[in-house]
Amino acid sequence: MKVGVVTFPGSLDDVDARRAVTIAGGEAVALWHGDHGLRDVDAVVLPGGFSYGDYLRCGAIARFAPVMTEVVEAAKSGMPVLGICNGFQILCESHLLPGALIRNDHRKFVCRDQPLRIESTSTAWTSRYDEGAVVTLVLKNGEGGYVADDATLDRLEGDGRVVARYLGGNPNGSLRDIAGISNERGNVVGLMPHPEHAAEGLCGPGTDGLPFFTSVLQALTAA
Amino acid sequence: MARVVVDVMLKPEILDPQGKAVHGALSRLGFDGVVDVRQGKRFELELEGDVTEERLAEVRKAAETLLSNPVIEDYTVRVDQQ
Repeated sequence: MKVGVVTFPGSLDDVDARRAVTIAGGEAVALWHGDHGLRDVDAVVLPGGFSYGDYLRCGAIARFAPVMTEVVEAAKSGMPVLGICNGFQILCESHLLPGALIRNDHRKFVCRDQPLRIESTSTAWTSRYDEGAVVTLVLKNGEGGYVADDATLDRLEGDGRVVARYLGGNPNGSLRDIAGISNERGNVVGLMPHPEHAAEGLCGPGTDGLPFFTSVLQALTAA
Repeated sequence: MARVVVDVMLKPEILDPQGKAVHGALSRLGFDGVVDVRQGKRFELELEGDVTEERLAEVRKAAETLLSNPVIEDYTVRVDQQ
C-alpha cells in the first residue's frame, strides 16, 4: 500500500513521516507541493513544519499549492488523509476539517512529550488503537490552539469526531482540550501532536504513534 | 492606479495572544489607560486602472478566499483616496 507524504517549502517532518510509513510496513511515496497528481498513492500525509514560512496564516498558502487540488478531491472521495501539526492547519484552511488553529494562548512555543487520550477509533487512522487508550506523542507547535464555535464543537463531540484529547493540562489553549479531529466520514484526520516522531524505540518517547500508520494500512488492505 | 485596503481582524470572540503581549508591553512602558489591544493585518492592493464595483467584488472574493480565514477573522475592504 502506498502512502504519499507531501513536501511543501518549509516542511520539516516529511522524512520522519515517510520513515514511519515504512516502519509500519507501507510504501512511502514522496509527493511534491508543486506537482499535480498523487502518483497512485492510496493515502496521503500532510506533514508538520512551517510551509511557506507560516506567512499570512499557518497553512493558508499551502492550501493553494498545486498538489492540494488533487489532495482535496481525493479526500472528498474517501481517500485517507492525515494532517499532522502544520498538516492539520492546512486541512482546516482547506475546509476539509472545521475550525482553525491559532497562536498558543501562553504565546510560547511548546515542545514536550504529551499524554493524550485516543477518543475515536472509527477513523481510517486510529482503528488499531483501543478506545480510550492513553498514549504519549511529541507535541511541538507555536500555533496549536484549536478553535471553533460552540455549535461546531458540540457537533464534533456529539458525532464522536474528537479523535484525541490532551491529558494532564492543556498545552496550548485548544478549546475542550482537543488535540485532533476527523471529518464526518472518518477518512480525514487532523492532529496537532506528532505520531511520526513516536514510531520507533531508538528516538522519541516510544512507539505510541505507530498505530496511526498501521491503522491506515489495515484500512486500505481491507478496502 | 488605485489602492484598495483590506483590513483583517480576528473575530472579537477569538483570543488574540499577540494583542495581549502588545498590551502588556504598553503598560510596562507607561502607556496607561489602554484597556485592550487587538492586532490585525492590513493589505494594500494596487490595482490597474479605476476601481469599479466589479473590481471591488473581486477584491472581496480575494479577501474571503486568501487574505482572511472567515472561520476566525473578519475583513473590511475600502478604497484608499490618495
